[in-house]
Amino acid sequence: MCYFWFLVKIHLVILFKQEKLNSNRLIKNDLALSEGNAEMAKAGYKQPEIELSKSISDEIKTTTCYMCACRCGIKVYLKDNKVKYIEGNRDHPVNKGVLCGKGAAGIMQHYSPARLKAPLKRVGPRGSGEFEEISWDEALTLATSWLSEIRNNDPRKMALFTGRDQSQALTGWWASQFGTPNFAAHGGFCSVNMAAAGLHTFGGSFWEFGEPDWDLTEYFMLWGVAEDHASNPIKKAIGKLKKRGVKITVINPIRTGYGAVADEWIGIKPGTDGLFAGALIHQLLVNQAVDIDYLQRYTNATWLVINSPGAEDLGLIARDDEGNPLAYDIVESSLVNANQKSSNHALHGEYTLPNGRNATPSFSLIANRFLSEEYSPKSVSIKTGVAAETIIRIADELAKTAFEKERRIEQEWTDWNGVQHSEFIGRPVSMHAMRGISAHSNGFNSCRIIHYLQILLGAIDCPGGFRYKPPFPKAVPPALRPAGKLEDVRPGEPMPGAPLGFVTSPSDLLVDHEGNALRIDNAYSWEAPFSAHGLMHMVIHNAANQKPYNLELLFLYMANMGWNSSMDIPETLNNLTKINPETGEYAIPRIIYSDAYYSETIAYADLILPDTTYLERWDAISLLDRPISEPNAAIDAIRNPVVKPDRDVRPFQTVLIELGARLGLPGMINNDGSPKYTDYADYITNHERGNGIGTLAGWRGEDGDQVGVGSPNQDQLKRYQENNCFFSNAVPSNARYFKHANRSYLKWAKSQGFINSTKPIIFELYNEALQKFRLSADGKFEPKVPRLHQKRISSYFDPIAFWYPTLEESKLNGERYRFHAISQRPMHMYHSWGSQNAWLRQISNSNKLYMNRKRGAELDLKDDDWIEVSSHIGKVLCQVKLMSGCQIDTVWTWNAIGKRAGAWGLNKKSPEFRKGFLLNHLISTLLPEKEGGFHYSNSDPITGQAAWYDLKVHIQKAKSSNNQRSEPYFLPIAANIKRK
Amino acid sequence: MTDLPSGTDKKLGLLIDLDICVGCHGCVTSCKEWNSTDDNLPLSDFDSYGEAPDGIFLNRVHGYETDDGISSQTVHFPRSCLHCEQPECVTVCPTGASYKRQEDGIVLVNPETCIGCKLCSWACPYGAREYDHKQGIMKKCTLCVDRIYNEELEEEDRKPACVLACPTSARLFGDFSDPQSDVSILSEKRGGVALMDNLGYKPVNRYLPPRKKHITSEQNSKNNANLQRFSDLKPSNGNSKLENFFSWLDQKLS
Repeated sequence: MCYFWFLVKIHLVILFKQEKLNSNRLIKNDLALSEGNAEMAKAGYKQPEIELSKSISDEIKTTTCYMCACRCGIKVYLKDNKVKYIEGNRDHPVNKGVLCGKGAAGIMQHYSPARLKAPLKRVGPRGSGEFEEISWDEALTLATSWLSEIRNNDPRKMALFTGRDQSQALTGWWASQFGTPNFAAHGGFCSVNMAAAGLHTFGGSFWEFGEPDWDLTEYFMLWGVAEDHASNPIKKAIGKLKKRGVKITVINPIRTGYGAVADEWIGIKPGTDGLFAGALIHQLLVNQAVDIDYLQRYTNATWLVINSPGAEDLGLIARDDEGNPLAYDIVESSLVNANQKSSNHALHGEYTLPNGRNATPSFSLIANRFLSEEYSPKSVSIKTGVAAETIIRIADELAKTAFEKERRIEQEWTDWNGVQHSEFIGRPVSMHAMRGISAHSNGFNSCRIIHYLQILLGAIDCPGGFRYKPPFPKAVPPALRPAGKLEDVRPGEPMPGAPLGFVTSPSDLLVDHEGNALRIDNAYSWEAPFSAHGLMHMVIHNAANQKPYNLELLFLYMANMGWNSSMDIPETLNNLTKINPETGEYAIPRIIYSDAYYSETIAYADLILPDTTYLERWDAISLLDRPISEPNAAIDAIRNPVVKPDRDVRPFQTVLIELGARLGLPGMINNDGSPKYTDYADYITNHERGNGIGTLAGWRGEDGDQVGVGSPNQDQLKRYQENNCFFSNAVPSNARYFKHANRSYLKWAKSQGFINSTKPIIFELYNEALQKFRLSADGKFEPKVPRLHQKRISSYFDPIAFWYPTLEESKLNGERYRFHAISQRPMHMYHSWGSQNAWLRQISNSNKLYMNRKRGAELDLKDDDWIEVSSHIGKVLCQVKLMSGCQIDTVWTWNAIGKRAGAWGLNKKSPEFRKGFLLNHLISTLLPEKEGGFHYSNSDPITGQAAWYDLKVHIQKAKSSNNQRSEPYFLPIAANIKRK
Repeated sequence: MTDLPSGTDKKLGLLIDLDICVGCHGCVTSCKEWNSTDDNLPLSDFDSYGEAPDGIFLNRVHGYETDDGISSQTVHFPRSCLHCEQPECVTVCPTGASYKRQEDGIVLVNPETCIGCKLCSWACPYGAREYDHKQGIMKKCTLCVDRIYNEELEEEDRKPACVLACPTSARLFGDFSDPQSDVSILSEKRGGVALMDNLGYKPVNRYLPPRKKHITSEQNSKNNANLQRFSDLKPSNGNSKLENFFSWLDQKLS
């Protein structure tokens, strides 16, 4: 420890130099000599009177933060109707008073010089930044004329894509009423692998879907987490765990933030987390450390899988005449309904079905896979970079915690089968995972393997384990299929359902008779069948190249697609300005964009609808969308305008509702054609999805005395305002654990409209839907996979999760592109918004590429050297910084700090442009080679998740060290705005 | 130069837990925000949207690695005024603008009498003072003296802004002169460190060092190679791992 303090001191000396104080050391030493006079000096001591009780506001309002996606409660201090000070709201369930670096800098976001002032119409060429201000009426009339023509001809030709939108319950519904299937938010970049893997396995997932039982857990594994996500709740929890002495193990190629305080950092090679988790499973099986009872009660481990080679229904679940899955009862020696759960159901062995075919419990197949040598710690060690002894030890720690430290809570409860229990018994191992797992082309499967690990340990929704947050769990997968089939899209008509949903069979896909994609982003096509969040990263590419078809209008909200929210930015900018030779018009003829700030994307849009800041608007953080629930309560929340805009801007949601009314969209007009809602607040209050379920669950019913379900209450928003802007609906105490199989919970959740039935939610270790796709590739299931895609579907649609190398890497020359290159956002920045913030950009305004010291020495690199970083599609010039806490074959940087000159209201010499850079320039939109004649996107083959963590690069010292500017260099974008 | 009180009634200060600071900068911007609420004397920013953005912060967090060997650790180190008992930054002040409060020991600068000579920032070995050249005066952590006694605020909010904001509760505020205070007890228990104590300024703030952790997986695995395994049941009668596992399953189910 002494050594540690020595280093602190060394560091402080370095700080001196930074403070330019070192030249004054001599003077300081002289002054130190005067200490001898101290006694005499005390006699003359005096101190001034100061004001201790200053008042800084004349009003305090509560609302919800939007400096990231975390949605903490805040108190906004106002003076003379201006925002004066923002602090965490200690009465709010998300943050309980704390606030992060971003949240406390929110005031500077509000006063950003990059804020748009009025609607803009493009008057120069795209990218020129030449605009004229127009009135809202003119803007909305123009937008309506464009949109209305498309809707009356072919609504599919309009795509609405939103970024970190927190109003998807509205935006998705709006797209559906417009009649287009082409809707999604940014999940296809961010976390769809996590969400889809979880929802297709156990009806929940991480983050908004569930969280560790922080108070009771005894072991916490944090997988690949971007540190700006679920920010304050996780930080609060880590603080708690550290105080209780609970072990925190972080699996991440980089040791920063959470990794820095973890008890153990496992610096894994990017893209191999699934393999590491698979080896832990291997070791648990070897150690016979599996919760058999849990598997029999809650999973489809006992379900019999048809196992006769060559059978038409090979790999499907054996079922009785009523469609119930079959299990084999080893006491009765007979086939039984697997849903009548019993501890007598076999978990391995081969059994004969009435039709003569053989079948085996699915668990037998799973054990077979993970006990193979492929997953042994020894063979996994080389690929993951994690020592075999470490894998063996971690598996031991998990087993000991799970099986020797049971957590028990005395509470009578009844399971779905009617069996009474006197306590909740839990295995206190918990996990959280995010983008580091998700943003790989094997992310869906890797995440499923992590869920296997949780389930084999019996650690889902039990005391000390991982807990669902209502409205989760939902059916596996949720009972919502995507709309957008050929017959679903008709001129002038709404679609019969929501654009996003969950696929359970090839027949759910959105493809035409030839198997071509029906969505512009190829979501729910053979390229990405389980693409529950769409493929935002493919929209611009596909529309500009008219594959699968052309778009007439691209409508974007809060998505910086012209910069850090696209892969391969040079190509993306070409696509945005590409001319269709047949028409002489832009290949994407119209682009409407709504944002609050002058981002890099603004210059590429034709019509700008300026949004407000989060302090000037109504918002609903709805249970229909992405709520802020906790395991013990369903919670939703609002934002409310704490100040009025001082400029001609409007909240996007209100604008969308007005556009809907102007277009005459069903649900947005009254019978006489007049607008149904005056603004978003009116919509939040009065819109019903049916059966008394609306945007908000609190204070429903005319008198506000109903919860969850009830008619609209005109005072509802007022009640929220009076209650710190949230509503919390506690889960009954006998319904708090084993929610997936707890009778009281299932009944309660149904009464709240969260689920449609009180049937138990069975975890699908074995995923029959995936097997249907594989059978379809073999020509044994309808519709059949087109020849083009057969190999890919056969390879990756495995009903049992498995690990495979990431796609791009397996196609590249591994020798040349030696390093994995990944990025993460610093905790004090979010998305691209941070750089316009006067305070946050003082903390970070340029980025470097971090590399392990040993590799740096091998390449003769030292800190701040300029380096060339090249991928198979491009090259970046930047500076390097060496560190120890970085996996040896990995380089990384902070994301979204590099900016394009001219954007965000920054001076054109700002360090964000001169020294900042993005890795996006190096990430290909498509995979390197054609696979069977089809050019696949650089995405997960199951879900279409953008695989931007798959990047591999080559690094060398820059030839000229005189270069002081990062590359690629983009011409500054102008902001030539003709004011009204 | 400036006199110190002969003693202080309290020793208010911060206890900063380096074991749980994740480096989020919540304390940094919360401090900046609270201390900029005075329209006349905000913490200035210079070239906010320009090529060399800079400004005054009374609290900064530095992240660094302790070394590059196998025992390397990443540490986040929040740095602000330590409210020393013998603050040379005060005694060097030629105008009496820098002073240590007799009632609680907080070291403050009186903006009305500060002449911006910077002697105090030269005297401070911790780099805790920042010169606001827009206003021509020195700035430093006030321990939120305008919050902690503020009757306009609710009782629970009468703490420094950085302490209230900290998401991991890595910052505690209290009276180090009271051995029964939370900060004294925890500092005692966890070996709270006075930074560069040998310089003799007697800092009031204490830092809790990072607790012992499994430094790296490799090292830890070697150290624990002889630990008892979870299961000693592994039969190894020549069967494959799968056969062994299935026979265990059969035992469990029979």
